Amino acid sequence: MAAPLTLLLIVAVTIRAVLFRSSLAELIPERVEVVSPLNAWKRVVEGLALLDLGVSPYAGDVFHEVSPLSIPLNESNTSIHPSIMADALTAVALYLAVKDYNKTVFRKQKYALEAERYPLDCLELIRTPKEMYYIPLKVAMFYLLNPFTILSCVAKSTCGLNNAVIALFILCTVKGSSLMSAIFLALATYQSIYPLTLFAPALLYLLQRLYIPVNWQRSSFWLFTTQYTFMYLGSLCVMVCLSFFLLSSWDFLSSVYGFILSVPDLTPNIGLFWYFFAEMFEHFRLFFICVFQINVFFYTIPLSIKLKEHPIFLIFMQIAIISIFKSYPTVGDIALYMAFLPAWNHLYRFLRNIFLVSVVLLACSALFPVLWHLWIYAGSANSNFYYAITLLFNVAQILLVSDYFYAYLRREHHLTHGLYLKRKDGSEATLVLK
Amino acid sequence: MQNLDSRPAPYAKDQTQEAAEEERQWEATEVKEADHVPDTMQTPDVPPPTPAKDQFQEELVIRPLHSGDIYASFQFRTMWDTDFLRGSKVSHYRLFPKSLGQVISKFSVRELHISFTQGYWRTMQWGQPFLPSPPGAELWVWFQDTVTDVDGAWKELTNVLSGIFCASLNFIDSTNTVQPSASFKPLGLGNVTDQRFLRYAVLPREIVCTENLTPWKKLLPCGSKVPVCLMFDALMKVASSQSFRLSYNTSEICHNSYCKSTVWELRQTLNVVFDLHTSGQGKREWSLFKMFSRTLTEACPLASSSKVYVDGELFELSPTTPLLSQAVVLGDRRTYSVYDLTNQATFGQTRSLNMLLRWRAAESGDMLRPLLHGERYVAGYGLQTGEIHTLMYNNHPYRAFPVLLLDTVPWYLRLYIHTLTVTSKGRDNKPSYIHYQPSKDRLRPHLLEMLVQLPPNSVTEVTMQFERALLKWTEYTPDPNHGFYVGSSVISALVPSVVAMDTNSTRECPLFSSFFPCKEESSYFMRVYTEPLLVNLPTPDFSMPYNVICLTCTVVAVGYGSLYNLLTRTFQVEEPSPGLAKRLANIIRRLRGVPLL
Repeated sequence: MAAPLTLLLIVAVTIRAVLFRSSLAELIPERVEVVSPLNAWKRVVEGLALLDLGVSPYAGDVFHEVSPLSIPLNESNTSIHPSIMADALTAVALYLAVKDYNKTVFRKQKYALEAERYPLDCLELIRTPKEMYYIPLKVAMFYLLNPFTILSCVAKSTCGLNNAVIALFILCTVKGSSLMSAIFLALATYQSIYPLTLFAPALLYLLQRLYIPVNWQRSSFWLFTTQYTFMYLGSLCVMVCLSFFLLSSWDFLSSVYGFILSVPDLTPNIGLFWYFFAEMFEHFRLFFICVFQINVFFYTIPLSIKLKEHPIFLIFMQIAIISIFKSYPTVGDIALYMAFLPAWNHLYRFLRNIFLVSVVLLACSALFPVLWHLWIYAGSANSNFYYAITLLFNVAQILLVSDYFYAYLRREHHLTHGLYLKRKDGSEATLVLK
Repeated sequence: MQNLDSRPAPYAKDQTQEAAEEERQWEATEVKEADHVPDTMQTPDVPPPTPAKDQFQEELVIRPLHSGDIYASFQFRTMWDTDFLRGSKVSHYRLFPKSLGQVISKFSVRELHISFTQGYWRTMQWGQPFLPSPPGAELWVWFQDTVTDVDGAWKELTNVLSGIFCASLNFIDSTNTVQPSASFKPLGLGNVTDQRFLRYAVLPREIVCTENLTPWKKLLPCGSKVPVCLMFDALMKVASSQSFRLSYNTSEICHNSYCKSTVWELRQTLNVVFDLHTSGQGKREWSLFKMFSRTLTEACPLASSSKVYVDGELFELSPTTPLLSQAVVLGDRRTYSVYDLTNQATFGQTRSLNMLLRWRAAESGDMLRPLLHGERYVAGYGLQTGEIHTLMYNNHPYRAFPVLLLDTVPWYLRLYIHTLTVTSKGRDNKPSYIHYQPSKDRLRPHLLEMLVQLPPNSVTEVTMQFERALLKWTEYTPDPNHGFYVGSSVISALVPSVVAMDTNSTRECPLFSSFFPCKEESSYFMRVYTEPLLVNLPTPDFSMPYNVICLTCTVVAVGYGSLYNLLTRTFQVEEPSPGLAKRLANIIRRLRGVPLL
């Protein structure tokens, strides 16, 4: 399995290297779909230029990175840009994580089969090693050859770094290393607050791995939860304090986290925030900012309850929700959750509108630059055109995610109740949500 | 050797005119020297009979420009040796305007400079103005170092001034106020260099009109009396003028050369450029009456000096005046014909003065090219990014000099300092000093100050990229597609003087005085303002707030709804719903208390 992965990595790096040297390398970093004020490479360079002038990079409203990560990266003068390395790292981490996860899934399925827990007509839902064999490679391929990832990489967006950190976090969680998992989760949170919601699935997975049931009465549950929380909060504290000591001011808190949460920059992007808050009535602004931000974090609790047996799927759901509802989304965020889609290959038969959704997503991706050009350069369209596409794009993403969620729940239902359900009178039944 | 006369002869004169010039007297008058009082006035060295603590001077300078236009500059100077800031409250005002005096004492102002300008001064056609100012309104204030809350005082001051001058100075807030570190030094006494007490703001969109003149007039001791009346008719012609500016400068200056006591000085100036071609039907002739619809009849009785200067020698002047004056203004030696309005003889027998200028030749001769000149424009297309180009011309043939460039750019054009390039003559010209303050959204503008050395006879280009922000819909001006104004850049420099450049100037002074070319005139301070910029920003659709709120909330609700649906419901086998007849029958049966079907 190492050889195809190596081949894939070589192909991916070659594509990126070629694009870096083409004329597209100047065009792509200006695209609002690819870079946001949070992760634009231009702004990182600007922050370093400000440091050179003796001005704190957080004195202005251009630089919104947490410093210690991006500063050493810029000074590395290697021929391979850090964003390429980050992409490769993400792909390898995802590959290993999914491989390990598949092993766990397969083992569990084996135990269930041996215990004869599955109904007899569910045999066609059982996953076979043959179809699972190529899934890790497909995941890596989905990440590396996804045009969204490539664009984001060529734009040198620091989004690739965030993705790498999250991928490493997933890998460490799957491998069961709770300390490393907590550290990488803290790092991801420190970069952009939203991965905070991944705390719950990671905890659930680690508990499951240690065979500790989620039970409020059990002291072992509480012991491990406290342990993991302390590791997480401790490393987060260390990181925050480190950045304080680097610049000896707390300016970065408001400049990074305040910027993410209060959405002052309304530069168009593929998300829902920019036009909504550009058009918002002033006295409702705070209310709606609270509503929209709570919306991102809110799904954690019900999803964790519903999916407490399936933490990796929960991670996928959370990443997808973050990338749809976060304040400054870019295509790089979407690429991360899309990489997981091959891992849910077996849900394919239960997906309801995958064709429609994929067509809409493709059409929107093509229409983004077209309508942007019409609005900004040609002047023959206005902002509503671009806004309409962002709406459609987000609806498609929501449908995609909820479709996968539906399919996952339905498969679980079939695994307990049998695939071919019968009504009381013996005729074939249809399954509905009630 | 014949020039070694005790009386300096006018240079560049025709021999035929020499006879006429013989009658003229020369007067040693410094026009632009603030601390030097003309001879005709009481000098501080000779104590006046009644020690007047305040005095008032007025003058009008008329300068025909090389483009054929007429530049008229009214200047009124009030001086008062009082102390607004210390000790007892000043309550008795004579010549100094009370409204301004109260402002100075209330806000502990050290210096106050306001200018309102309509139109743009065309430096390349008209030469340097006496007092440069940017289009729109400009205000800069030095506060006393006793002021603790400078921002609060500044905010209050702008609101008060807004009322006094009938201008929208109340639009000055933290988003267009900066504290330049080097470009604006106090002009009067006080060697403070702590920029914390300086505030500078420009409103490039401010439109100056006649409504700003009424308060301006009220600050003058003579009010609408002579010869200010001239001005008022000038004001009626504001519409036909090409450039028009009002300014007030208040500062504390030395009373005499030893600086033993200080006086407060208020200078009010009004500068107008009249388009001669449109009003004169193409004839190159100009008179006071034609331009102002009246003549001068008397001086302001309160004025200790009241003069009219006419610049240049390329025209015939009638009535002729016996007084001539030479002065070095902005590095250029000029000869002025002087009319002293305090002298009754000036008005002649008709008791009115109507100056008539008639050009001698069709060509108005060579104009001295301004040594320093600035231009600015926005490059790029589309509404996403752009680039500001500032061009600085050094037209001096062999002398390089440093200039300070001050740029204030509003926050909604996000500047990228790492894209800053300074090139002159095709080579990189690294600024020796950069002071950059990045903007904060909705809080403060970008401030960039640079010290750049301009090589001789060169154009220096400063470029910087910016990104246009999308604003909230309420932050746009009522006419958003008109664009947003960006205030002028300010170029401040010590420019080598033309007099020093002119090697012939040594002919006129004694040889022993010119081993080193006139040092005191070798360079002069100059400030040049570039054009303001008009930049378009992307706009949202202003008619859409309800639609956008509804549509976006719908999408969020779709997300919430579909997840909620999956989270709260469970899968169940669908049972066929009973038919309508059966349901009706069941209802009736339930009412009757009979078991259901």
